[in-house]
Amino acid sequence: METILEIVQYVRGHLNDGPPAIMKASGEGKKIVGTYCTYMPWELVDAAGAIAASLCAKSDKPIPAAEEHLPRNLCPLIKASYGHALKDTCPYFHFCDVVIAETTCDGKKKMYELMNLMKPVYTIQIPQRADRPEDFDHLKREFQGVRRYLEGIAGRPVTDEDIRRSIALRNRERMALRALWELSAFDDPPLSGLEVHYFTEYMHFHFDKESAIPWLEEQVRKIRSAWEGGERRGHGGKPRVLVTGCPAGGVVKVMEALENAGALVVCYENCGGQKELTWLVDEDRDPMDALAEKYLAIGCSVMSPNVRRMDALKYLAGRYRADGVVEILLTACHTYAVEAYGVRNLVQSLGKKYLLVETDYSESDREQLATRMDAFIEML
Amino acid sequence: MIFNEVRSIFVYHKKLLYLCKRRITIPRFSIGIDIGSVGVKAVLFDGGIADAVLLPTGWSPKESALQALEKMFCGTGDVSRSSVPVVATGYGRKSVSSANKRVTEITCHARGVRWLAPLARTVLDIGGQDSKVILLGEDGSVEDFAMNDKCAAGTGRFLQMMAHVLDYDIGDFGAVDPWGEFQPISSMCAVFAETEVVGHLARGVDRESIVRGLLRSIASRSAAMLARIGMREPLFFSGGVSRSPSLARLIGREAGCEILTSDRSQFAGAIGAALIGWEDEERSGNHT
Repeated sequence: METILEIVQYVRGHLNDGPPAIMKASGEGKKIVGTYCTYMPWELVDAAGAIAASLCAKSDKPIPAAEEHLPRNLCPLIKASYGHALKDTCPYFHFCDVVIAETTCDGKKKMYELMNLMKPVYTIQIPQRADRPEDFDHLKREFQGVRRYLEGIAGRPVTDEDIRRSIALRNRERMALRALWELSAFDDPPLSGLEVHYFTEYMHFHFDKESAIPWLEEQVRKIRSAWEGGERRGHGGKPRVLVTGCPAGGVVKVMEALENAGALVVCYENCGGQKELTWLVDEDRDPMDALAEKYLAIGCSVMSPNVRRMDALKYLAGRYRADGVVEILLTACHTYAVEAYGVRNLVQSLGKKYLLVETDYSESDREQLATRMDAFIEML
Repeated sequence: MIFNEVRSIFVYHKKLLYLCKRRITIPRFSIGIDIGSVGVKAVLFDGGIADAVLLPTGWSPKESALQALEKMFCGTGDVSRSSVPVVATGYGRKSVSSANKRVTEITCHARGVRWLAPLARTVLDIGGQDSKVILLGEDGSVEDFAMNDKCAAGTGRFLQMMAHVLDYDIGDFGAVDPWGEFQPISSMCAVFAETEVVGHLARGVDRESIVRGLLRSIASRSAAMLARIGMREPLFFSGGVSRSPSLARLIGREAGCEILTSDRSQFAGAIGAALIGWEDEERSGNHT
């Protein structure tokens, strides 16, 4: 009777499978590529036979160490990334051969220069605009550079066929995740927002995609049929919230405060959520063109203008029938902070409520967050 | 033995009958309690404000809340305590274990202000350690809100510290004539502002100009917060800091509108909480 809960418990029990898996892969001589950002073309890494591992950036523990080199008023994500690397407290960083980074915001870009002193860092130059043919050419050229770099690491050419296979694999994962997220569009959905977050995390750190994807597809099928068979978990009638803004992985406390206040997070527009993963790569085009087109379309706040994000928000808020939108701002993230004004106007023009919370990785504002979320939910 | 039992049953029934009869005529009450960082405010409501009390929060919000509740219950006469709904709000709302309901200060302030000043469409609340603005819909519901709770900049605590540095009584500090020469103060952080104020004093700037400068910077900060949320007139100023008449006038000038306030504006949160309890009771039909 409690099929869904059992699956959720399984997922929660396997969130730390990543480190041993990466150690094993490294021991077997696999190349490990450390990554931070959704702009990193996962397909190219996979096509080169390497493993793309998301590096640690979600804890406040390494921040004091990072502040030995970095200024204090910098976003916690950048400080955590650097601090973990500096203190060797990230297993993925420890085992990775190279880091493939990207020029998104200024803080990250400059931090990578320092990180390069610890591990080889290859930095993709991301254009800051996405709507012109030259922006497309720019990103495609950059991706060709990544491809050549990975060929050097793999010691073999990366063929179009390899890339096509990886695109198909990743698309299958995207579709499986989308099927999972779609469950939240139901009335009285089978999963809470936090649970959905754990599923996404689970997929993030299970590197053997050939087995992880069919597993996910199977679980979504099971959850769906349990739900269709009448299994309900008391999520009906709760106010539905869409979360947007900075990456939310390090501030799970926000989602906890929201769901403790009686809301249900039905959609994550952020990186790690739907921002990149919900849109597929065109499998009928030349693979490098298709990759450039796809990654250029990410609605990141470093893009100017960032039309894609606004379109996506409008679509997702409707698709998931959100009553309210909560925007997470990590302290000192200028691009999202400035963009928040436009997001607020957009959300309010859709007749939905909007709340902005600025926070960092510390535990100090839990109480204040709870008050804000309670008040927001009382307002819905 | 048997006689005694029969008698006790009889007495019990008589008592019940008496209570049922009384219930029709006994007054109805609700209590709202707002546990702020500096003061605990409690209101006894019986359709109007029957009683109100303000106590310092001190180091134990729980103790102070109990004391305030006790005072309120004194006014309920022989109405049984369990029939009086208690709604708690404010940052210490979770420390009132006997509360029937806990509601955030945002919602409570909105309700309380609606009762104190039905026309108000925006609320500016400056309390002991945070400030907030609330946008009200035509029906008095909360449409939007913003809070500054990261630091004590521009709050009651800030004013207390500055009054201390300048050796003012807090009441006189807030009543300094708002018009006239003023010394601009650029820091709103309590620590930096103190350094700045000490610097001005050392240069021989007079106290009143410094006070005016401080009040002016709080006013312009508040006006900016109000503009960000899209203030609608009329504006109601609540919270402990609203007791400063000079600040109210300065904020009115900065925001370019008239300011409503009330001698009970410090109780807005507690009144709102009591109203919520009152109306819940009405809805559930627990009263006769």
